[in-house]
Amino acid sequence: MKNRSLVSIDDYSKDEIIKILDLAEEFEKSPAPNLLEGKVIATLFFEPSTRTRLSFESAVNRLGGRIVGFTDSSTSSVTKGETLKDTIKTVSNYSDLIVIRHPLEGSARYASEVASVPVINAGDGANQHPTQTLLDLYSIRKTQGTLDNLNIFLVGDLKYGRTVHSLLMAMLHFNTTFNFISPEELRMPDEYKIFLDNLGLKYYEHMDFTDIISRADIVYMTRVQKERFSDPMEYEKVKNVYVLREKMLKNTKDNMRILHPLPRVNEIHDEVDSSEKAYYFPQALNGVYTRQAIIASILGLT
Amino acid sequence: MKERKQLSVSAIKNGTVIDHIPAKSVFKVLQILGLDNVDEMITFGTNFESKKLGKKGFIKVSNMFFLDEEINKIALVAPEAKLNIIKKYEVVEKKVVEVPDKIIGIARCVNPQCITNHETITTRFQVVSKKDVSLKCHYCGKITDQENLVIV
Repeated sequence: MKNRSLVSIDDYSKDEIIKILDLAEEFEKSPAPNLLEGKVIATLFFEPSTRTRLSFESAVNRLGGRIVGFTDSSTSSVTKGETLKDTIKTVSNYSDLIVIRHPLEGSARYASEVASVPVINAGDGANQHPTQTLLDLYSIRKTQGTLDNLNIFLVGDLKYGRTVHSLLMAMLHFNTTFNFISPEELRMPDEYKIFLDNLGLKYYEHMDFTDIISRADIVYMTRVQKERFSDPMEYEKVKNVYVLREKMLKNTKDNMRILHPLPRVNEIHDEVDSSEKAYYFPQALNGVYTRQAIIASILGLT
Repeated sequence: MKERKQLSVSAIKNGTVIDHIPAKSVFKVLQILGLDNVDEMITFGTNFESKKLGKKGFIKVSNMFFLDEEINKIALVAPEAKLNIIKKYEVVEKKVVEVPDKIIGIARCVNPQCITNHETITTRFQVVSKKDVSLKCHYCGKITDQENLVIV
């Protein structure tokens, strides 16, 4: 993993994924405040994403590294018409590692090809967001004690949600059973079901969000976004259907935990927050440990 | 000499004849092989009747011979093209095109949000289906199928 860019979750093998999770666990147990001493990390956010940026910057700061960068492209030379290639080549001179967030798909792969330092993809449009996937895996393993043989429910926008697609791809390594709950318009695309079929993994599709979640080990909620619907009436119909409420947790398993990549709108009702099964805020904290592990391992400081 | 009657154009002494090109792809083939920019004599025709293709076209290039990897690039637009290599007015070799596993350049990614459509980047695709050609973008991962194929 040393000096290798992380653009897509497919860039890491099963063993490499587990190595990152083990390392994240170490950072959680014993912080390493001087590990990145003398290192400069560039965070190039061509579109704003406060949550992801702060998580990365927190990870770098907790390891004693320094940060350069910009928080959205209006404050960078992009407004002067500079190409992505030139920005990346220039910033390669100023940093040991580049974290990039960009609205265009494939931008991070391209950046990794023109950069002379490794690149971490912090989201390229609707395409990939591998550090989110790794923190999801960390959260699942931490709460369940294992990644193997789990029953994972994915709820909401399964068509456009890049986090659920990447999570599904990563979980292919672990004999997962999937349950997909979504409106008709936002069903899991066939290309992902084909992967499951080829591996003989079980999956079930549901339109109704009911007490079937009593079988779940993990309920992974996502936002149903208005702009995904061609017909606004359809959105109005489904927007309150895929909402998790406290009373729905009654018959769920003790080990069940609720994850959400955040930000949420109304898909998890506030009353759920006080349940011990609500795990989305600790999940965000896990993002810091996981990003520490990714950065340290790419810089070869492990 | 038989060919001359059929196509009403003169035979070439040395060079390459590319036949069975779908009529609408003739200009694309010329472009892909860079024939719009050579000094050799080129004869081409299009909209000839063909039992197999409906309407077909052909290209005859004097004194030029193509490597397999060059010729395979035209598979995207003329998968059934046949090549005759001519030396001293005789066909010395026949070739068919094969769809390659990877396509570098040539095609444009169908995804308007793909970085390759916003910066000057050579496109790269993995060929995921060879029959009805479909290409997976190396950058954004989206599939460009035959219907949406645009040659750059």
